[in-house]
Amino acid sequence: MTQKFEPVNPIKLSRRWFFEQCGVGVGAAALHSLLAESGYAAQVDPLAPKIPHFAPKAKNVIFLFMAGAPSHLEIFDNKPMLKKFDGTLPPAELLKGYRSAFINPNSKLLGPKFEFKKYGQSGAELTNLVPHLAEIVDDIAIVKGMVTDAFNHAPGQVLMNTGAMQFGRPSMGAWVTYGLGSESRDLPAFVVFSSGKKGPSGGSSCWGSGFLPTVYQGVEFRSAGDPVLYLSNPAGVDNQIQRESLDSIRKMNELHLGATGDPEIATRINSFEMAFRMQSSAPELMDITKESKETLELYGAEPGKASFANNCLLARRLVQRGTRFVQLYHEAWDQHSALVKDITQNCKDTDRAAAALIKDLKRTGLLDTTLVVWGGEFGRTPMVQGGEDGRDHHPNAFTMWMAGGGVKPGITLGESDELGFNVVEDKVHVHDLHATMLHLLGFEHTKLTYKFQGRPFRLTDVHGQLVPKLLA
Amino acid sequence: MLTPRLKSCAATAAVSLAALLGLRAQSKPDFNKDIRPIFETSCYSCHGEKVQSGGLRLDQKASALAHLTAGNSGASAIYLRVAGVGSQQKMPLGGAALTAAQVGLIKDWIDAGAGWADAPATSAVPKKKHWAFVAPVRPALPAVKNAKWVRNPIDRFVLAKLEAENVAPSGEAPKASLLRRLSLDLTGLPPTPEEVDAFVKDASPKAYEKQVERLLASPHYGEKWARQWLDGARYADSDGYEKDKPRFVWAYRDYVINAFNKNLAYDRFVSEQLAGDLMPNATQDQKVATGFLRNSMVNEEGGIDPEQFRMEAMYDRMDAVGKNILGVTIQCAQCHNHKYDPLQQEEYYRIFAFLNNSHEGAIAVYTPAEQMKISNILRRTKEIEAKIQQRNPAWQDGMARWEDAALRAPQPEWTVVKPEVDDISTGGQRYILQEDGSLLAQGYAPTKHTVKLTVKTPLKSVASVRLELLNDPNLPLGGPGRSIRGTGALSEFTLEAAPLNDATAKAQKVKVARATADINLPETPLDPMYGDKSTKKRMMGPIGFAIDGLDETAWGHDAGPGRRNVPQKAVFNLADPITNEGGSVITVYLKQNAGGWNSDDNQNQNLGRFRLAFSADAKASADPLPVAVREALAIAREKRSPLQTATIFGYYRTTVPEWKDDNATIEALWKEYPEGASQLVLNERSNVRETHQLTRGDFLQPGKLVTGGVPSFLNPLPTDGPVNRLAFAKWLVSRDAPTTARSYVNRLWLAYFGIGIVETAEDLGSQSSPPSHPELLDWLAVEFMDKGWDVKAIQRLIVNSATYRQNSVASEELQAKDPYNRLLARGPRFRVDGEIVRDIALSASGLLDTKIGGPSVNPPAPAFLFMPPTSYGPKVWNEAKGSERYRRALYTFRFRSVPYPMLQVFDSPNGEAACVRRSRSNTPLQALTTLNEPMFLETARALAQKTLNEAGAEDSQRLRFMFRRVLSREPSKVEADELLSLVGRERQNFSTAGRDPWKFAANDPEHPPTLAKNVTPEQAAAWTVVSRVLLNLDETITKE
Repeated sequence: MTQKFEPVNPIKLSRRWFFEQCGVGVGAAALHSLLAESGYAAQVDPLAPKIPHFAPKAKNVIFLFMAGAPSHLEIFDNKPMLKKFDGTLPPAELLKGYRSAFINPNSKLLGPKFEFKKYGQSGAELTNLVPHLAEIVDDIAIVKGMVTDAFNHAPGQVLMNTGAMQFGRPSMGAWVTYGLGSESRDLPAFVVFSSGKKGPSGGSSCWGSGFLPTVYQGVEFRSAGDPVLYLSNPAGVDNQIQRESLDSIRKMNELHLGATGDPEIATRINSFEMAFRMQSSAPELMDITKESKETLELYGAEPGKASFANNCLLARRLVQRGTRFVQLYHEAWDQHSALVKDITQNCKDTDRAAAALIKDLKRTGLLDTTLVVWGGEFGRTPMVQGGEDGRDHHPNAFTMWMAGGGVKPGITLGESDELGFNVVEDKVHVHDLHATMLHLLGFEHTKLTYKFQGRPFRLTDVHGQLVPKLLA
Repeated sequence: MLTPRLKSCAATAAVSLAALLGLRAQSKPDFNKDIRPIFETSCYSCHGEKVQSGGLRLDQKASALAHLTAGNSGASAIYLRVAGVGSQQKMPLGGAALTAAQVGLIKDWIDAGAGWADAPATSAVPKKKHWAFVAPVRPALPAVKNAKWVRNPIDRFVLAKLEAENVAPSGEAPKASLLRRLSLDLTGLPPTPEEVDAFVKDASPKAYEKQVERLLASPHYGEKWARQWLDGARYADSDGYEKDKPRFVWAYRDYVINAFNKNLAYDRFVSEQLAGDLMPNATQDQKVATGFLRNSMVNEEGGIDPEQFRMEAMYDRMDAVGKNILGVTIQCAQCHNHKYDPLQQEEYYRIFAFLNNSHEGAIAVYTPAEQMKISNILRRTKEIEAKIQQRNPAWQDGMARWEDAALRAPQPEWTVVKPEVDDISTGGQRYILQEDGSLLAQGYAPTKHTVKLTVKTPLKSVASVRLELLNDPNLPLGGPGRSIRGTGALSEFTLEAAPLNDATAKAQKVKVARATADINLPETPLDPMYGDKSTKKRMMGPIGFAIDGLDETAWGHDAGPGRRNVPQKAVFNLADPITNEGGSVITVYLKQNAGGWNSDDNQNQNLGRFRLAFSADAKASADPLPVAVREALAIAREKRSPLQTATIFGYYRTTVPEWKDDNATIEALWKEYPEGASQLVLNERSNVRETHQLTRGDFLQPGKLVTGGVPSFLNPLPTDGPVNRLAFAKWLVSRDAPTTARSYVNRLWLAYFGIGIVETAEDLGSQSSPPSHPELLDWLAVEFMDKGWDVKAIQRLIVNSATYRQNSVASEELQAKDPYNRLLARGPRFRVDGEIVRDIALSASGLLDTKIGGPSVNPPAPAFLFMPPTSYGPKVWNEAKGSERYRRALYTFRFRSVPYPMLQVFDSPNGEAACVRRSRSNTPLQALTTLNEPMFLETARALAQKTLNEAGAEDSQRLRFMFRRVLSREPSKVEADELLSLVGRERQNFSTAGRDPWKFAANDPEHPPTLAKNVTPEQAAAWTVVSRVLLNLDETITKE
């Protein structure tokens, strides 16, 4: 099974095949469809669709990465005792061996800032910061038992994305694309958006391909302007000149293919044709004016604006068009101070669109095959930072939610202790989350491997346990 | 006959099958047949003859049986751990879990009484050592039939294999392609049409070899080959992680370029990078070379533990040494014994110990011209001082009198205090208490903060406070500050006090009446590099600025290059002494406000290392004598070295009014001291840092203490000299090192042929892919070492071989038989590295700026990349104007978190980890880049204009000119027809009424370039279409 996922050699396309099946001089579009539909594509293209280990529930992933680490205690994890002991010091035994980023761990406890209520048939508890999430609470699984190993942003984000704090490993989007290939012919398989006040702390390593072939790395899209770098024709070049130029390039490349017999030139011809198609498919993708008013309203998206809401809508449009993995970063959640004001604003900026994405995927039938994951790199301390309105980084307990793609809806899994400090039931480590995500995509996580430096590497490294309770 | 190894595999397979068939429960497992093989495969590496983690030895009956309860698997640790039952981590750590069948066998075996018959004799046979761990021996050259084809020994090995496979080698490549291949390989630049003509015309027998020598001697050779090394050295111009600040390491990059150009022997090259600082009378170059190890990323986000990320950097260095130099994966042994290679975890940490004893600082580095200038300043200073002494024969008496007075002057008594740092006040910076009571600032450097320091002192009276700014090798240029120049600034000094033993007492503000310092610079506006976007007039100057109540003025000590990185001090006299019989709680606030707006851009001026002391003396003042002078004075006059006497004289002369003209001359000289650049380096600590074996690689779980040492399966450590980093460096490049030479020649081969003799160039260990030509690899490795690790010599051998000179055209059969060209029956053909993709376009267009070395440059890039939300924080990218835009891609500034798009899309690594083997992808994003990226458009336009201005009036002349500049060959008839027809059509297109051809053909349509007579803008645009087509061809960016 493992062998199946060794990299595919794009050079396997033999010259004989190219000439006999395609014929030099075949129109470019025809060439592409022959490549893609002849069944040969799997050998030519490292991004050709592949079949996972077993029948998958999810085909696509949308990961809403709430970078900066949202406070579980203000949104999901209701802790009356924390409220009761507000202003007192935490029990000493809790702090044994505990390392914190900014504060002296022995700081006073800070009661939750918002009131919790039960929502939906499932009765999940949420604060009024997320009224829209409350509407879809029966469609999601809330995972309260998350734990991680990192308590600084960059290592935390890189761990959440790659399964390791050390840089240089492939990201989950790269692993999934490596394992499943792409369903889209005209758009990248792994797309990344970023919104919020800052960029992701882990930088491009968050969506890097590590030691996997670079074709699996995430491609950054922008929600305004050219979605992909260098997509537009140069000034003064219309589509006619562009097409004529590309035809000449193709003709010259074909001549040279005939002269040298290197199938890599066929791949290059293919790349240029796909680039040309991307020049129209990417703007088409980005044109959300084609969406109904009601849909725009649902997300709170506004054409031409760069926002998390637009990105959520674009994520749905990408998945519709066969993109395998979409990741949306929204970096705004690092509330060391001004917790109440800033988390309120963040929820305003993201709650409606995130909930809209679930509603929209559900009504379009895509939710069944699209796994949506929401969460940050860690949680926030039950202890106060500064005066009385901030929390420090906290790796021992935090909350994420998942939906669609085979995730059991309407459940809350896991529990933290009475202060929201440690997980006491159904602990889900980042590695376990990865194992479960891969399972939903049809992979046994220990078998999706890539040999590098003499050993088979995997997203879950030497860890990870499937969380069966999350499966529908 | 089956070898023992195969036997045991077969046995395991049979057992698994039995288990699958449900036969497991019917017969009890046999220890030697069923259990021992599991232990051997999965457990012995940690619980065997060599290592006994947790004291357990599974190859010994007594030890193993002590860890189980015969007849009760549920009470047996061995079973529980492999089954993953209970809270402890599942065994084997770091290896593949046992299959359910294997776990079942162990369970049944224990439940059946854990019978243990002694081993059959066969399993004692030692395994053969993996080929790469045996030092290479020069193999005999194989016999070949077609001896005429052979040009040098390389060809014998290649041809022998071809003949065995019944494949004939290809003929020699056409001269033009061969020269293009050779030029791209040796310099990373295509040949000029003139160079091609000269070579084609040269009918002499050594025509090709002459080209090899010309190109090996080109200064661009160093640029080309530096890049490959820099990949493995994970070179980048920024820190990485969240802040990803610019850092200063280009001097290291230039060191690598120069090393290749000078043809520095590889053993020297490696040992300088590992331990140049420890070499006798280390030169600036040798110190700069240690930047290799410092290329690790640094996390300075707020709230980090600097030690945690120092350890991360250490792991990264180990990985870089493993991949880049040893060619052995050692990273696995960070957490446990290596599963496949015979590397023990303890051995990993013994290597670690060699690298673990360094300070992490930055030194000032100077160009040769600057170094001349500095020695000139020092020489002139000495000369003037000597003249003063000549003119004043009694100078020694005068100085002695001055010294006596200086020594007699009463010094206040100071009590050094160790303050507590308030966590919230640090702005995320870590203040680390040192043994001498000073605080060292590390980690995130906020640009503005006020640190709160609390001292509980038993002193009854405190009337003055002294603040000493101290040097530290871990600060930029040695400090004492944290700015990139090693300077700091103090905006305000304030304090509060309360009685020590009165919890109810409120701290009262204490007024500072007066302050003195040993340096008081004139009032000057703050350097714009610390701009904070405010409109306030911000000033630096004398110590009075620290007590004037103004946040925008600060006491600074930046006395200029050459003189700013020395200790300084200030003393603050309190208006009223703090007097409490039972001692006091004194809180000192050091406001550091002189930084800029962007902490991610090196805009801090924080104090780097400092120390506080209290005195009861209300009139205490800062000792005006520099620390170095005070220290020299403390030595008895007759015991002073000439340097110490000179130090004293250097200060003394400034106190003599009659010598003011000479003093002014010297002062003027020092104003000329060059600023230089800064470079991250290692320097060895004098008090050795202890290294522990870390349990599971966790720095919070130190295990046993280890000392420097090397793995037992490799060559022994040299015995001449101390056991330190330098010894380790020598060991790496010792003549009997089995992997070092093999690893490097394999990487050279990889660069030429696109795939190494061993495909996994980063790992020659037991899990590596088998070499395609093992004897050739060994022959090259031995030849390399025997010729003094001469890099150019081995490359000369490769490019002069008939193997390298083959035509790269693949016949249909050959393509089918050998798609990856592992047999080498044809020449290499593959897309060049990303940097060279860009350099080819720059070179063909005539835009290339061929300047070598210097600070990295910022060619055009979309501005949004460097701003949130794409970048974490705002980054500075001042787009280069003029020819700096067109420097080779090697010099493009590399932010790790925001890679330069063109380079990223063409697979250049971003420096997050060592990379010795790049991916080579072929994607639509690459097509969009070469079609539409502004730099590529600029090259297309420039090439068109150059063609129109220089090539003649005929379209065919123009096409030939352009074609040859891009592809180094003549166009074929059909190619010419295609492109000439294109230019005709586009001329029409751009002549359409209302169309401005300059919109496409000019970088700035408002200011179009001047064209030759009779050349129209329509032609410029039409030919830009053609040059753009040419620059986008597969052949253009391919070495063939």
